[in-house]
Order: sequence, then structure tokens, then C-alpha cells
Amino acid sequence: MVKDPDAEERLDRAFMALGDPVRRGIIARLSRGPATVNELAEPFNITKQAVSRHIQVLEHAELVTRTRDAQRRPVHLNAARLEALTAWIDSYRLTHEQQFRNLDSVLAEMTGDDAGANEREKK
Amino acid sequence: MTNALTVTAPEGVPFIDFEREFDAPVSAVFRAYEDPELIKQWLGPDGYEVQIERFDFRTGGGYRYIHRGPDGEYAFNGVFHVVRENDFAIQTFEFEGFPDVVSIEAITFEDLGNGRSKVRGHSVYPSQEARDGMISSDMEMGMREGFDRLDGLLAAA
Repeated sequence: MVKDPDAEERLDRAFMALGDPVRRGIIARLSRGPATVNELAEPFNITKQAVSRHIQVLEHAELVTRTRDAQRRPVHLNAARLEALTAWIDSYRLTHEQQFRNLDSVLAEMTGDDAGANEREKK
Repeated sequence: MTNALTVTAPEGVPFIDFEREFDAPVSAVFRAYEDPELIKQWLGPDGYEVQIERFDFRTGGGYRYIHRGPDGEYAFNGVFHVVRENDFAIQTFEFEGFPDVVSIEAITFEDLGNGRSKVRGHSVYPSQEARDGMISSDMEMGMREGFDRLDGLLAAA
């Protein structure tokens, strides 16, 4: 349970950045491929400046990167950073998932249930 | 098909919520939570032996159990504040490696009919740090299990 304060801070920034529907929309769009600020602004009823500010927040949280590609400067999703975020909760989920799969087997033995027996075979 | 487990740990509040359905009647699930002989068979991560020192799943009861694994022993204890058969329970939870950091967990047992049931859990930690610490310790364990599996694969190759 030793915590890395730097990692904690990065986690805070990332979750804060994702705590906004427009920024989540931008992330969802970027998961399909890089896009320019203009393209990202399209689906939202807000100014290009507002979208730029949202992108800055995402950039600061290391969730997106921007390349120096002449005028276009497309925004890319930092997929590795996003995966690190889901890993944070997923491993907690995985240990509990495995525990409940064991409970399934116990319940199947108790009730002699066929569906439960299939679970046992899969293990 | 395996029933999906939903876990949510929202930002800004020290809660962890989970929801899981079972292909068994609520009475069987409740018994699996109540009977130490059954609990031993499912509680805790794979590769760990569970030793139950005491387990009295009733209002005013308490528990203490120890997980024994390749990397050591981990003891947990708590009290059962309220237990209602096939319905509801509130218990405290303390990992003895972090004494006095006690979470309170409410567990709801729900009958879904057709021999199916649902369990919902709502854990409240004393602070956001305590909750996140709990999640990251599980993360370490999850990663450890991942590396162990990788070791196995490499040994077989």
C-alpha cells in the first residue's frame, strides 16, 4: 500500500480532467483516431476557444498529446495513460470477480444447479 | 455465461459499490455468506488459504480470518452490526496491517425470482486516501497474480 505521491497527483489530474462531459466526448472521439481542434469542436455547441481550453486540460493530464504537424496540429489520444487509469480500478474488480466466481461454484454445489456446473468446468 | 460484476469507486467520495447476480436463490447465497465452511471455499484471492478464527454472522456477532499465501499472512476482522436473513447486513472491516482504518459495508441480498438473486455492497471508508489505498493494495495483488501467471507461461515455454 505504499503510495507514490507523484502517481497520486497524476491520477487526480486525470480523473479531474475526465469529470466533464465535453472532455469525455473529446476522448471518445479521439479513441476513433486523431482529430484537429476544428473537428473536435464540431459536435459541441461551444466556441473553438472553449474546446482548445478543454484540450489543454486533457493535455496537462497527459490524456492527449498534440503533434507539431504544421498548421493542422492534430490531437492524439494517449492510450497508455488511459489504460493505466482503468487498470487502477480493474485489478480491484478482477480480484473480486474471481472471488465471486468461486462463490458461483460453491452455490452450484449447494443447489446442484446445471448453469453453475458449467462455471465450474470453465475454471 | 459468467454474471458480470460491477464495481464503482466514484471520485470525491470514499465509497466503493459493487453489484453481482447469482444463478442461485437468495437463501443459498445468504448461507454461503453465513456458513464458515462455505466462506472458506470462496473468500479471498486464489492461491491463498483462508483460516477462519471466528465467524458469527448475526446481529452483534463478529469475525476474524487470516489469508495465508506465498508472500505472508493477512488478517482481517470486524463486527456484524445487523444481520437479517436473506435480506441485509452491515459489517465493519479492518485489515490488521492498517489498524484503526475501519470501513463499514452494507450488503443487500435480493431475490430476483426464477432461482436467481443479486448481492449489492456499499463500503464507506474513513477517508478518500483509505479507500484508494485499499484499491491500490488489491491492484498490487492483481499485478502479482498476473506476474505469477507469466512466470508459469515462461516456465512452460
